[in-house]
Amino acid sequence: MNKWTRRGFIGAGVLTGGALVVGVAVRPGNPVDKLRGDVASGPGEELVNAWVKIDHDNTVTAIVPHCEMGQGAHTALAQMLADELDADWAKVAVMQAPANGFYVVPDTAREFVAKWSVDAPNWIEPTYNGLFTQVARLADVMITGGSSSVRTTGQHTMRMAGAAARHMLVAAAARKWGVPEGEVVAENSLLSHKASGKSATYGEFAEAASHEHMPQTPPLKDVSQFKLMGKGLKRLDIPAKVDGSAKFGLDAAVPGEALRYAAVKAAPVPGAKVEAINAEAARTMPGVLQILNMGDFVAVVADGYWQAQQALNTIEASYSKTDGDLLDSAMLRARFAKALDAAGDAGGKSLARRGDAVGALKGAAKKVTAEYQVPFVAHAAMEPMNCTARVAGGKCEVWTSTQVPLMARSAIAKALGIGAEDVTVNQLYLGGAFGRRLESDYPVQAARIAKATGYPVKMIWSREEDTRQDFYRPADTSRFSAGLDAGGKVLGWNNVFTQLNDPPGSWDVAHYDIPAVSIRRAEADMHLRFGSLRSVDHSQQGFFIESFVDELAHAAGQDPFEFRRSLLAKSPRHKAVLEKVARMAGWGSPLPKGTARGIAIVKSFGTIVAEVAQVSMQDGRPSVDKVWCCADAGYVMNPDGFAAQMEGGIIYGLTTALYSGITLKNGAVEQANFDTYPMVRMDEAPDIEVAFINADTRELGGAGEPGLPPIAPAVCNAIFAATGLRIRELPVMSHFA
Amino acid sequence: MIQTTVNGQPRQLDVDPATPILWVVRETLGMTGTKFGCGIAQCGACTVHLDGQPVRSCSTPVSEADGKAITTIEGLAGGDGKLHPLQQAWIDAQVPQCGYCQSGQLMSAAALLRDTPRPSDDQIDAAMAGNICRCGTYGRIRKAIKAAAGIEPATTGAEG
Repeated sequence: MNKWTRRGFIGAGVLTGGALVVGVAVRPGNPVDKLRGDVASGPGEELVNAWVKIDHDNTVTAIVPHCEMGQGAHTALAQMLADELDADWAKVAVMQAPANGFYVVPDTAREFVAKWSVDAPNWIEPTYNGLFTQVARLADVMITGGSSSVRTTGQHTMRMAGAAARHMLVAAAARKWGVPEGEVVAENSLLSHKASGKSATYGEFAEAASHEHMPQTPPLKDVSQFKLMGKGLKRLDIPAKVDGSAKFGLDAAVPGEALRYAAVKAAPVPGAKVEAINAEAARTMPGVLQILNMGDFVAVVADGYWQAQQALNTIEASYSKTDGDLLDSAMLRARFAKALDAAGDAGGKSLARRGDAVGALKGAAKKVTAEYQVPFVAHAAMEPMNCTARVAGGKCEVWTSTQVPLMARSAIAKALGIGAEDVTVNQLYLGGAFGRRLESDYPVQAARIAKATGYPVKMIWSREEDTRQDFYRPADTSRFSAGLDAGGKVLGWNNVFTQLNDPPGSWDVAHYDIPAVSIRRAEADMHLRFGSLRSVDHSQQGFFIESFVDELAHAAGQDPFEFRRSLLAKSPRHKAVLEKVARMAGWGSPLPKGTARGIAIVKSFGTIVAEVAQVSMQDGRPSVDKVWCCADAGYVMNPDGFAAQMEGGIIYGLTTALYSGITLKNGAVEQANFDTYPMVRMDEAPDIEVAFINADTRELGGAGEPGLPPIAPAVCNAIFAATGLRIRELPVMSHFA
Repeated sequence: MIQTTVNGQPRQLDVDPATPILWVVRETLGMTGTKFGCGIAQCGACTVHLDGQPVRSCSTPVSEADGKAITTIEGLAGGDGKLHPLQQAWIDAQVPQCGYCQSGQLMSAAALLRDTPRPSDDQIDAAMAGNICRCGTYGRIRKAIKAAAGIEPATTGAEG
């Protein structure tokens, strides 16, 4: 049994012009023997991909396989590579890796495809070219999600490539200068030898370095040697985002060809088909070129998007009947309740069972029960779904913002009946994603339209379409019962809920010292399409669990912070994070009447985050005035970027908690635009203070998602402390209409 | 024919006068810095200046620009290419995340500072509440506006 090893998957090569590239090496017998031309092309290529390119002019290019959607992955990954390379940060650039199978990231793949194996001690992964990579390639795993870029690609791939390249540059200089390798200093993209006074740029030795031995396990820096890692370097993508020059999916152009524009409307009830359309008025409207009934949606193609949308708005469609045509939110809730009733105290699928929870409750001095509910939530990225497509000569090329370029490629190929190799996906910046752009429905729609028209089309969804055709954070109901002894100690915890997706263990309370635990799932169909929304199941489980823990604290007559603190006696890292956030917030210090603090702690995606929300009641409505956040992500690679992600997770989670509620009527989503699906805005955004603890430099946690789960319970716990009202159903503001 | 000026350049536009400014700027003129977010003046991503006043270009027909001057994000920097103080403050405070809403945020903030050089927090709230940011950059936007206004020192959100 081989342990996980990267031995043998890195290699080096040289490009025309003398650029050194380090990436995945060709193995004997590998059918792929050329570096893809979209990284660089020319004779002498030996690699199938490259993570770093060092040009003769001394530019270092980090080639990053993850998309940039605001999370700062491009900069953080370049930073990790450049540090191991001892590169001059001012000479570092980032390139988005092309969307082909050779940029599959095995560690990310492992998170998504084979998450069951992450903790397996003897996971069989002999080499990069081994079985696992083939599995990952088949599954099109080139994903940006799961708060994974830094802790997988960064830790295991970019750092390795940087260290290997540095080693080879040093070796080349030592050989040329005739000095021992140990006397050559590599710093700021310069090689130097003190005794002889010789020095040269990395670029000057790029070609020579490619002939040096490639270390397969180059030593990586210890944290004490970090120069760039751990520093809040400025994001490389920001200058283009303040002058309008950054290109998002919506801004795509098709080189050398004029664009036409499509507006679309899909059947409003999931599973329904468009049976007939009346497009009489639309046909004669200005600019309208084509009206298409695509079966599952209607498209209007016009000279301009606005013309297409105006024409689409006049089209009347009739739809096929479905089993869900009469469903509304109350009926769905009743469906969930029926499943939970049937499961009772011990039924459903058991997810965790430690001790005898039912028995523990029977003997408890005090029993606490509660039922929590959350509604569907739509992602509402600022950039509505869109995709530009051209289909000609049996080939398809698309330009879009996606978290999954290879999955989009496969989905398009399948829909058009062509091979994946005949589909090219060009990635642009993502105007927000939050998990929505893990789905490939919109690239497929655009490709189908472009196939029907024969000319390039930019398809843009209206905001209404974006809200109504999402893949939703599920609605869910969760029931709890717990027993306390006379001293307030928790004896047993019994929990059952209906919806279960990702990631595993979001429902667990193992960090809390509770002797008897039973956690179960009572499955109930949710009607709408499921989608991963920032932090996925943690977004509802964090609210359920940390609200109920707060109820237990009050039932025990204890301070919610002290209560959690004693429950975390056996989880020292959790406890340290909780104590730090309490200190930051001045927990326990007096506040004006009508103002109170709430606290919550959730570990997700490898990062422990505790938050305190301070809420004041203003004209009978809660106002979230201040949030303190403390995180333990192991080691934070870019503190300012990490803080930005915590801030973002908190604001996103705050909108979800306060406002987000997608409801159903006659099987369809009722909300449409920001007037009916409101967002937290500047005038409601709290001050946020972020701190972190670096507790483990080896195993890193994520940044993009973990800031979100604690905010809803922290706010609701503060509302309870301020008013005595326990919010057991989101959104919060539905209780203060 | 609509006679207008876009970022200082005179333009004659042969378009349907009912077309919103947003789509004329993006599709007819090919300037894509101004973004589409909602189409009903609810999110502010499409904010441009019309004769110096911030307007939601998704809901303002181009006929209203006849004889007037349109300024988009591409025209916010000075003619010499020097960044507007807000753009520099945005970089210093590392404001943008995905960046999609930031053209609109900057155009709203620029109009605020021109009329109110030293805005209070309430004035910032009032001027900026029409611009939604889903990445949650509100706190940094507030800091950057204050830094550009000289109310607070330009705090670099990041080292390096």
